[in-house]
Amino acid sequence: MSNDLQQSERFQAPKERRDFLGLAALWSAAVALGVATLGAMRLPMPSVFPESNSRVKLGPLPSFLASSMTPIPEHRLWIYADKAGLYAISAICTHLGCIVTNGGEKGFHCPCHGSRFDVQGQVTQGPAPKPLMYLQLRVSPDGQLVVDKQAEVGADVRLKV
Amino acid sequence: MVTDTKESRQEPEQGAPANGQPQSAIQRYLKNLRSVPRSFRDSLIRHGRPTSDRAASQAVFTNFFLHIMPTRIHRYSMRIRATWGLGIITLVLFLLLTATGIPLMIYYKPSIDQAYDSMKEIHYIVPTGRFVRNIHRWGAHAMVAMVMLHMARAFYTAAYKGARQFNWVVGMLLFVLTLALSFTGYLLPWDQLAFWAVTIGSEIAQSPRELTDALGITDWCDIGGFQKRLLLGANQVGQEALIRFYLLHVMVLPLMTAVLLGVHFWRIRKDGGLTRPAYTDALPATGSSGANGSANALESSPAMRPSRTYGLMAVVRGKTPAVDRAMANTVPTYPGALYAIAALTMLTLAAMLALGYYYDAPLKEMANPAVPENPAKAPWYFLGLQELVSYSAFMGGVGIPAIVVLGLMCVPYLDRDEEDVGIWFGGSLGKWICLLTAIVTAVVVIGMLIFTVQYGWLRSWFPGIPQIVITLVNPGTVLLVVFMAWSLGITKATNSTRMGALAVFTCFLIAFVILTYFATVHRGPNWDFYWSQDQWPTH
Ligand code: HEM
Ligand code: FES
Repeated sequence: MSNDLQQSERFQAPKERRDFLGLAALWSAAVALGVATLGAMRLPMPSVFPESNSRVKLGPLPSFLASSMTPIPEHRLWIYADKAGLYAISAICTHLGCIVTNGGEKGFHCPCHGSRFDVQGQVTQGPAPKPLMYLQLRVSPDGQLVVDKQAEVGADVRLKV
Repeated sequence: MVTDTKESRQEPEQGAPANGQPQSAIQRYLKNLRSVPRSFRDSLIRHGRPTSDRAASQAVFTNFFLHIMPTRIHRYSMRIRATWGLGIITLVLFLLLTATGIPLMIYYKPSIDQAYDSMKEIHYIVPTGRFVRNIHRWGAHAMVAMVMLHMARAFYTAAYKGARQFNWVVGMLLFVLTLALSFTGYLLPWDQLAFWAVTIGSEIAQSPRELTDALGITDWCDIGGFQKRLLLGANQVGQEALIRFYLLHVMVLPLMTAVLLGVHFWRIRKDGGLTRPAYTDALPATGSSGANGSANALESSPAMRPSRTYGLMAVVRGKTPAVDRAMANTVPTYPGALYAIAALTMLTLAAMLALGYYYDAPLKEMANPAVPENPAKAPWYFLGLQELVSYSAFMGGVGIPAIVVLGLMCVPYLDRDEEDVGIWFGGSLGKWICLLTAIVTAVVVIGMLIFTVQYGWLRSWFPGIPQIVITLVNPGTVLLVVFMAWSLGITKATNSTRMGALAVFTCFLIAFVILTYFATVHRGPNWDFYWSQDQWPTH
């Protein structure tokens, strides 16, 4: 069997000149495939995100002045009122996105990995890398309180009323 | 009947005179009609009853499904201690999951409004739906457990060396795929577990921001945000995310797994069969192997002289199966190995059927984006990671897992001494090293857990400390560094890379077990420490 093979044609290593052409062919094929793959990979990344508007009307302004804290669970935030004005703290934990519970004087607690925040939302313990988000508040022309769930503001910003 | 061959069973040739009288076409037709069952069987199984070595081999290599097996298997590989059957069990579970997953797809609807209801429907209304769903769920848990044990078996028998280096890498990919399959699976019901798992999972994908924020480059190089949006197809968890995970779970990941399994099995054969200690090839071939006579007798029988397959192999240089070692000490795959596989299959199926019959798969409350469960715990195999993530999102969720997986992938290329291939724990020294490492790891990990529970970590002592310091120095990374140092020390002390490899794998394994136990039993509401669940505050 092996004798037969020696006499018949066996695979020959290509000559170097051919090797160059071979390499060129190989690489252009690889590059073409690579670019095509990259192009196809573009598809899963949407160019417009199917988001509902990040700004939401919460209700008539005066109702938030009545108490020092109003929970808005469906939008995962709290509205606070102090002497300087109104502000909103997001309930979304800055660690991995769970919803923190509001312990009033005791600050905020996250159930998922034990992050704790003080009443101002500063991290006191646990893995959260950042303080809780303060969200931008506005008043709409019809006198309603509007929060932008994606606009972060400084912790000292107040909506004056 | 015993000696009948294909030829002797064939019908007389067309038109040939049977018993002297020429047959009409109608007669031949009727005769053929009568023998349809038999000739169909003959066309299906194209060899006689496997009563000889040759026929036994034919039974394997003329069958599409069996020909993935070699026709003969080394006697050592048939022993329980060679594999513990773990790879086969994992394969059976994968097939079982496919077989139960497809019927579930008939009723499951990947829509955030309907998914939960369709799970309820499957559970309470669809005939056998609950049973099938239970089997699918427990099968997934079992597959994760079995793939880990199989991996440990391959590691501790040094099955990643020599020609098998690459198959270990394939195995690691299969391990990652198995975990990805489970993860994408348990978030399909869109219950509380599902919703918060997707939320946390996608935030982990975004956690490289912990690093880029610290470097101040997030604005123009937001890898984290990119990954999260790619995964969710949106900025928030919702319908787009569910459909993506559904697609991954029912198509992309199973297909990738199936293809890689093909490569995995192909490589086992091309790498010379399963790992076995070198001495097993030097054993004198005994006459009592297999039901069909000894391997020796077989080599001298002209029928079993390696023909085409081996002829081709002879042309190729390098490590090909059994070219020079011939067939001493092998037994025919048919029927021994097939019986063993059938037995493992039956055992696995029986266990899964029993589990599915007696225990219902969990279905939590419907997803509620406003309130996570407290505590919100992942399935057991991710709880160790959840503990690490509770030190640092990036390190626990991305950094450490990546280092462990890539590190283990590299092991075959770093540890190449081949002398103890196939020997459990690398012999008696290795056994001691593994035991010692297990004890040291247990002490270090438990010590670290007690310390963090008692005293907290950097932020409890220095409230203003920058996040990057915690990302880099936290209980998880400290453990990782200790493990690296320990295994380097072992490598140096024993002057053997194999011992170092055994040490590092044992460190990971024991740490995984302890962290998983700790997070399962001792973490309660708010991820606080409790001795047991009885002490959890009631609310
Ligand atoms: C989907 C998951 C997997 C399946 C179904 C699977 C299946 C198998 C089977 C059936 C075998 C034959 C021997 C035995 O039964 O143990 C095997 C061998 C092997 N597997 Fe896997 N495997 C999987 C994942 C892995 C993983 C995660 C690793 C390690 C990272 C791995 C590494 C190996 C190695 C190195 C061998 C060769 C063993 C030897 O030569 O002794 N496999 N696998
Ligand atoms: S999500 Fe809040 S601590 Fe992890």
